Amino acid sequence: MALITLGIETSCDETGMAVLEDGQRVLANSLYSQVIIHRKFGGVVPEIASRRHLLKLVPLMESVLTAAGLDLGGIDLIAATRGPGLIGPLLVGLCFAKALALARNIPIVGVNHLEGHLYSACFNGRVKPPFLGLIVSGGHTELISVGAGFRHRLLASTRDDAGGEALDKVGKAMGLPYPAGAKIESLALRGDRQAVIFPLAIMKDGSDDFSFSGIKTAALLEMRKRKLTPRRRADLAASFQEAVCRQLVTRTLRVARRRGVKHLVVGGGVAANGRLRRMFQEELAPGEKIFFPEKGLCTDNALMVAYAGYLRYKAGQRDGDALEAKADLKIT
Amino acid sequence: MRRTITSHSPQETKELAARLAGQLSGGEVIVLSGDLGSGKTCFVQGLAAGLGVRGRVRSPSFIIMASYHGRLHLHHFDFYRLTAAVELTELGLEECYTAGAVAVIEWGEKFRSCLPRQTMWLKMEWRDENKRTLKFGRGFTADHFAGMLNA
Repeated sequence: MALITLGIETSCDETGMAVLEDGQRVLANSLYSQVIIHRKFGGVVPEIASRRHLLKLVPLMESVLTAAGLDLGGIDLIAATRGPGLIGPLLVGLCFAKALALARNIPIVGVNHLEGHLYSACFNGRVKPPFLGLIVSGGHTELISVGAGFRHRLLASTRDDAGGEALDKVGKAMGLPYPAGAKIESLALRGDRQAVIFPLAIMKDGSDDFSFSGIKTAALLEMRKRKLTPRRRADLAASFQEAVCRQLVTRTLRVARRRGVKHLVVGGGVAANGRLRRMFQEELAPGEKIFFPEKGLCTDNALMVAYAGYLRYKAGQRDGDALEAKADLKIT
Repeated sequence: MRRTITSHSPQETKELAARLAGQLSGGEVIVLSGDLGSGKTCFVQGLAAGLGVRGRVRSPSFIIMASYHGRLHLHHFDFYRLTAAVELTELGLEECYTAGAVAVIEWGEKFRSCLPRQTMWLKMEWRDENKRTLKFGRGFTADHFAGMLNA
């Protein structure tokens, strides 16, 4: 008999729900994005985000069940994000998930949001562990060794700003609307990538960690030095995006080659960036392969949560009442 | 007591903050204001090091608040993405103003009315690529400066 998983994602801006059959067939995948609300306020508003999640969970569940042609009795497993993220939205989603599991007397599996991103490129058997995973978004920049049996090891992360955060902040300073990081990409299409040369942050201790705060400051300095004409604005967007991508690609490939890993996976919102995808493809050596999730699965979504939860369930994980949300949940 | 100190590098900013940490005894609330890239997170990294926090202090813009444990607890807030004071209640901000803890708030000036009277105000200004002016305002004492300037 088929195993139907209901995935629930509420770690930050998006309320997501997905229905997944046997870990491979998507019966429904829906997202209620708060981007428009946040645009009005110029950023994320946690209090409003929590309340929106609360308001949207039930209607969203009804709509994914209808889309999947099921009623609640057809759900066999609940998978819900338990961290990392904003604590308010996490609590709202996880409590809802626990109540649902309890009421229906079905198993629940808590999912690490980062694991969702890591495994979203694996969906439908495109790639399997072991691989080297890079997660890069507005809140994360992490390089993780992913082994079989959920053996994860954090190899490097950012020392200051996340990659997507640097893109967002520089974009906002340039006057781009929320989410400014994504807007940089379209502006960059009209700019010269070589117009401004940003340094590649080198760690003095030779570590593989990332750092984006220095180039963020350098980009802001550029804006102070000269007036931003439309031409210079596009050039700066292209050059800054180039610098962020260059650092991500260089570090990731260096670590992969040192460890002799041939398969790479990139997830998170910045994985949707076309320039990052192209640069990785350009720099790959023979025998190396890179996998990106479908563009719609890069940013936060519930399908990745359903899928990671399904994999964990198949591996024997069962969570109970003790399942708790954790804002700074680590990957293990 | 007010005073201006110039830092010539991120390292110098961190060392200054680490020496300030030595003068803190818990219960302090420090607001860091200044543009993007003026070194606020860098200052907090120094403060954390001075409090004996192990592990990495990153920009909390995305998660809005992060807590660390050292000689004292350190609660690191970032109001960059916040737009309304009502949210501060939800964040449990007031619960963080306790003895045994230091609360440091980037972009705290956005919600002046929510901050306690004893708040210490530090404004960071950008001079050039490496140089920053640190303007210590209300809340800082002679002891704080003595600690910071005794290299």
